[in-house]
Amino acid sequence: MAVFKKVEARQAPIGSRGIILWARENLFSSPLNIALTIFGIALLLWIIPPFVNWSIIDAHFAGTTNTHPKVGANWVFIKVKMSMFLYGFYPEVDRWRVKLAYALFLIVIAVFKYGKGAIFKTSSVAIYFLVAYILIKGGIFGLNEVGYDKWGGLLLTIIISVVGIVFSFPLGVLFALGRKTDLPIIRSLSISYIELMRSVPLITVLFMSSVILPLFLPEGVTFDKLVRALVGLVIFESAYVAEAIRGGIQAIPTGQYEAADAIGLSYWEKMLLVILPQALKVAIPNLVGIFISIVQNTTLVMIIGLFDLLAMVQLTASDSHWLGFETEGYVFVTAIFWAFCYAMSLFSKSLEKRFNTSNK
Amino acid sequence: MLAFLRDRKVRGYIFQLLIISAFVAFMWYIGVNTSHNIEQRGIRTGFGFFHSTAGFGIDDSPISYNPSDTYARVFLVGLLNTLIITFASIVLATILGLILGVLRLSKNWLIRKLSAAYIETFRNIPVLLQILFWYNVVLRSLPSPRESIGLFGDVFLNNRGLYIPEPSLNTTTISIIISVFVVFIFLFFLNRWANKRQEVTGEDFPVLLTGIGLLIVVPFLTYFISGANFNFSHPHLAGFGFQGGKQFYPEFVALTLALTIYTGTFIAEAVRGGIEAVKKGQKEAAASIGLSHYQALKLVILPQAIRIAIPPVINQYLNILKNSSLATAIGYPEIVTVFAGTTLNQVGQAIEIISITMLVYLVISLVVSALLNWLNFKMKIKER
Amino acid sequence: MENKNDIIEIRNLNKWYGDFHVLKDINLNVKRGEIVVVAGPSGSGKSTLVRCINYLEQFQEGHIIVDNVELTDDVKKIKAIREDVAMVFQSFNLFPHLTILDNLTLAPIWVKKTPKKEAVKIAMEFLDRVGIADQAKKYPNQLSGGQQQRVAIARSLCKNPSVMLFDEPTSALDPEMISEVLDVMIELAQSDKTMVCVTHEMGFAKKVADRVLFMESGQIIEENNPEDFFENPESDRLKLFLSQILSH
Repeated sequence: MAVFKKVEARQAPIGSRGIILWARENLFSSPLNIALTIFGIALLLWIIPPFVNWSIIDAHFAGTTNTHPKVGANWVFIKVKMSMFLYGFYPEVDRWRVKLAYALFLIVIAVFKYGKGAIFKTSSVAIYFLVAYILIKGGIFGLNEVGYDKWGGLLLTIIISVVGIVFSFPLGVLFALGRKTDLPIIRSLSISYIELMRSVPLITVLFMSSVILPLFLPEGVTFDKLVRALVGLVIFESAYVAEAIRGGIQAIPTGQYEAADAIGLSYWEKMLLVILPQALKVAIPNLVGIFISIVQNTTLVMIIGLFDLLAMVQLTASDSHWLGFETEGYVFVTAIFWAFCYAMSLFSKSLEKRFNTSNK
Repeated sequence: MLAFLRDRKVRGYIFQLLIISAFVAFMWYIGVNTSHNIEQRGIRTGFGFFHSTAGFGIDDSPISYNPSDTYARVFLVGLLNTLIITFASIVLATILGLILGVLRLSKNWLIRKLSAAYIETFRNIPVLLQILFWYNVVLRSLPSPRESIGLFGDVFLNNRGLYIPEPSLNTTTISIIISVFVVFIFLFFLNRWANKRQEVTGEDFPVLLTGIGLLIVVPFLTYFISGANFNFSHPHLAGFGFQGGKQFYPEFVALTLALTIYTGTFIAEAVRGGIEAVKKGQKEAAASIGLSHYQALKLVILPQAIRIAIPPVINQYLNILKNSSLATAIGYPEIVTVFAGTTLNQVGQAIEIISITMLVYLVISLVVSALLNWLNFKMKIKER
Repeated sequence: MENKNDIIEIRNLNKWYGDFHVLKDINLNVKRGEIVVVAGPSGSGKSTLVRCINYLEQFQEGHIIVDNVELTDDVKKIKAIREDVAMVFQSFNLFPHLTILDNLTLAPIWVKKTPKKEAVKIAMEFLDRVGIADQAKKYPNQLSGGQQQRVAIARSLCKNPSVMLFDEPTSALDPEMISEVLDVMIELAQSDKTMVCVTHEMGFAKKVADRVLFMESGQIIEENNPEDFFENPESDRLKLFLSQILSH
């Protein structure tokens, strides 16, 4: 038998720790690596300085008139046109209503996150939508009516995104349940719908809802262009939501179904109380991905004549006083979309982490 | 009677019966309204319009087309253009995605971060925005033909497109194409022979290296043997435009660029996912039984990584197909632009035209999905 | 054939999975308060038989009558039977997104329309009885396997069933947790509950069972009281089975 004396921990030798080691291992470990590092640095030098020059150093921020030389970015254009980018054609006097709707939205999100009880949360969201609609559309309670054709820019993009997400979700749940059911007719109808919507481009569905939908309606009944676009978007996206939720449902072990059956729950009780809560948790990363693509897909409405944020770029750049500033417009709009979509993807990653650690 | 209604199976039938009746009633209602509306607006029905003259021009067409052709030919041009741009973008996006995905896992920190930055940037920008950006900002700001940017002497870039020399279809080109086919067939049999030889003698044969060498040397030799003359048609300035050579229209270039750059990010992530999904223990086990880095890659890692990566990659190919429809925004004459766009505007038969357009995409998607299922089935890792 | 003492009556039960004849001419009567243990090799159909009793599995021929209600496709009858027959699963099947307490009160609140306060009171009583009262606010995945299975037993007790079915309740547990679950089951056996248990735990069978059944290839081969079942097996197949499970 041998007994050993305890050895205290020491610091590592100099060459094998710290930033020198890190650089050696990660940037310069082999000839190939060295070459790659040099290539990477060259790439950065090729892209970043000219862009910084154009967008910040040589750029123009001051004033409100088109008098600057064409060298750097002319952000004055954006400043001047900002209200069009944000509100479209919404009358200036009534814009406070839009801002109020945004503020209430933030409050509702807080309620949703910190509130308790599914019924309370759902009804507060529903009430918010009603209030927001009245605020933005107007026409009653002494508010001026602002028609759908005046809605544009970021306001329209947000409205289409939110409506698209909110309405495609329950429809997607129904189709997912329909696809998993034993009843053959419902299952075939659901599968056909889902596969059809996932095989065709969104633009064809938007064309269909814009041009064909009016033909389906009795004489005299018309829907505004915006409503038709929303119908098309929801019909399309609900198929993708359905597939994401189906993935979640398939991850639930059959034992859960059996236990729910054994304690006597009906089909709808079983689905609403036991299966769907678990399925939705599993499906969240995919669902957030779909919601991000809904936001990106809102840009397609410009093809059917709605003036969302992207359409504003071309519209504002065709002002005869401010010709030729499309680049600035595109850069501005790109920044907004990118920031929003990137933020949503970070949110999704953090959700994934949270649900991975809480329960299996 | 009441007990009958409480039977589970009976309830199932009744429920389905209700759904079908509601569905049929709904269809009936729509049908009645539609036929009434069609009559009212004087829209014709049927597919006779396919034989009518189109009356509009299409610049970028792979087959000959002039305005006196029929709508049927318009449909064909649109369909071909859809397939061409989808195929071109798939090839380019795959190459880009593969490179990016591998770089994303590189040991070099800088390269890893650059690759990640690229991916995070371009997949969070809507693809329509990217298309419009390339078309309106980059390509429109190119100079006019008289002041074209010249590259490598014979390639020209201007606001009418990209012009490259085009080899004519003579003995030289055809021989080279045939020689490439021959090399591939030879390599197939070489591989079989090398595998058999390895089973018997245990000796390895460098098929991949031989293959790369042959693909370079053989077409080269064929070029010289068959007359060393491509008979290039060179693009040259004639008047205000270019004559000769092959012209890639700005719409085509913008759409391909945007689709490649956007979809490349998703393919890169799929590739990365496939490689990362191969458990670390596999690499360690391969190393501990003495396989070289390259052998481990070929025999252990890649086979598993590919199985995982293929479904999402095929999914991205389908997305390229669907996103090609955004050509409408810039006027590239694929099927949505010329058929569901111009033709629909002129003929007015929305139901027939949009249905046919959707059917085209549906058929192509189903074929690709069926291929994917077959592929997955063949490569499935057997389980208990 | 309606003996008022029989709470479960199974007559000429036959079940096929596709072409595979999984239950062959099963005839079984279980008296009120009786404890029946079903043993046999895997694939013998014992789990399938027990799962037929609360209609988790459907059968093509035969009759099952539980507490004077016959099992058919009638939704009302199925519901009535499931309120009276409880099941404890091998893989516990607790609902992971609900607390222990919520797992127990779910059925009483939604199926029996019990007011919440009363449901909670009843739930806490049963949690106490199985020894888990202090874990009521935790989530299933925070508990050990043995604790989860005891919660599952408490969950099935909440609706005061006459019959309790156990489908290999300890087979998924680590050895050191088996006894805590068996203790609860033994305590239940001493109450007035009728129990049908599929289990490999022969010690349990010897201690509390009134009758032990041996099943193989879809048939009940032999049945006897526990002593004679283990000491004096009659059929060759039972002798073989006993030698296999008792040898180690």
